[in-house]
Amino acid sequence: MIIGVASGKGGTGKTTIATNLVAAVESDVRLLDCDVEEPNAHLFLKPEIIETRAVGTFVPEIDIERCNFCGDCVDLCQFRAIVLLKDDVLTFPELCHSCRGCQEICSQNAVKDSSRELGTIRIGRKNGIAFTEGRMNVGEAMAPPLIRAVKQTEAACDTTVIDAPPGTSCPMIASVMGSDFILLVTEPTPFGLHDLQLAVETVKRLSIPCGIVVNRFDEGDDGVFTLAENENIPVLLKIPFDKKIAETYSKGRLLVEENPSWRKPFAEMHRRIENIVKGNRA
Amino acid sequence: MKELVIVSGKGGTGKTSLTAAFAGLSDRAVLCDADVDASNLHLIMNPQVQNQFDFLSGHSAVIDPQRCSQCGACIDLCQWDAIDNDFAVNDLQCEGCGVCVHLCPENAIDFPINKAGDWYISDTRFGKMVHAALGIAEESSGKLVTRVRKEAKRIAEADRSDLILTDGPPGIGCPVIASIGGASALLVVTEPTMSGWHDAKRMLSLANRFGATCMLAINKFDLNLEQSAIIEKNAEERNVAVVGKLPFDPLFNKAMMQGKTIFEYNGYSTTCSQVEQLWNRITDKLGL
Repeated sequence: MIIGVASGKGGTGKTTIATNLVAAVESDVRLLDCDVEEPNAHLFLKPEIIETRAVGTFVPEIDIERCNFCGDCVDLCQFRAIVLLKDDVLTFPELCHSCRGCQEICSQNAVKDSSRELGTIRIGRKNGIAFTEGRMNVGEAMAPPLIRAVKQTEAACDTTVIDAPPGTSCPMIASVMGSDFILLVTEPTPFGLHDLQLAVETVKRLSIPCGIVVNRFDEGDDGVFTLAENENIPVLLKIPFDKKIAETYSKGRLLVEENPSWRKPFAEMHRRIENIVKGNRA
Repeated sequence: MKELVIVSGKGGTGKTSLTAAFAGLSDRAVLCDADVDASNLHLIMNPQVQNQFDFLSGHSAVIDPQRCSQCGACIDLCQWDAIDNDFAVNDLQCEGCGVCVHLCPENAIDFPINKAGDWYISDTRFGKMVHAALGIAEESSGKLVTRVRKEAKRIAEADRSDLILTDGPPGIGCPVIASIGGASALLVVTEPTMSGWHDAKRMLSLANRFGATCMLAINKFDLNLEQSAIIEKNAEERNVAVVGKLPFDPLFNKAMMQGKTIFEYNGYSTTCSQVEQLWNRITDKLGL
């Protein structure tokens, strides 16, 4: 079972929920940190890193000896990553989306595979929890190929939890696509509600069942609860505003370790998600 | 004319609440919301839209079943698994690369221009505002950010305004890179948490690569004094000025609930005077 943890608005508690969830569940679990621009889960889980590897994405390399300067690749490229000069062909790797169209359309077999580094993947373990993180290079703009690479790392486990980036654009979609369930973490403020609405619309378009976690539920109004009721989305967990919780977070510690009474609600949420997913498959 | 862009790396540190507060303190700055993906500034600014524009960007593949021979070439070519076995394109997955369009032997795939969102020029009680709404699951957020920033600049020039206040997006990727290029200075808003500072450091490195001048504000500094001290020391080592420290104060949330800036909600609070001091230091640095 794959659970995506997403939010719309940033700073609502995605990482808190994802890390405490994997720490509270008894079965074989794995955490994928797909917030590759700002990966934070490692700060809380503190895994031992076993493997680090660079992740690249395809970019074309033009074999100028073979090129007949027909310009087909230039016409095809939607991202203006290839420019034809009088007796040369320039490529702009940072504009390339790795669609391989230039390679497919070239009649002279002049487009070779090359690669551009996007970031790194770090694989590790903490107790029974398998951990994989994507970390985009600073200055890099293209997150989705790295996110897909994180998701392609193999591991046998019962539950995979994905910590997704904020927003509802391509990096968030790339992260939660293929999940069996999406947990939307929100806060009961006008900002939280506005971005939750966007996230709910996104999840509907993906046709994935979802549930809501309301963080700092007592510091706001009832807007997000009304939305949950109207949309028929279960509220699976409510976390109060508590200076102790905020402090635990600020120190990079897990709530379920600092205060073990939190294990039960997280494990219970996992069980409820499991039931929803099973019911959906049946 | 100057442009101050408010960024953070990590989301939820208080970018938008501070941008709104600054809007009330500045003298008719042009407001620009560069968080086009999950924009929030309008919830406080209550903009009256004067002009709405379609944001057209890229194309989407559409297979015409009448012309399609179901040969499967497009499915093999697509790097995004966007075409299902019934030869329908999933527009959430389509990258708009056009490979299937160009290489379909039956010429059965159309490639209409994609409307990726809307952008607006509005009036607010603090002056003009340029903002946008990117469509769900769209890409090219960077291009839309560039669009709204360009428009804000045009308006500021026409109105002889000396400042653009830009509320930036979280992260350090495509929309953030588009938000900071050419800015006069960045205000990085962080919080005294391990993740807050981890993310702010990546933001500072990005700014450094683009040669952008940074100032740092620590929000909710009293949540963890030890971590706040680490941040201050670290900032100093990096030669980044800490222009203010703000306490944790429910005032920000209370004001937001009513669609107000903190000054409109309770201008007499000590937090407000601290924000005002912060703003004075920023305008000094900007040379305003």
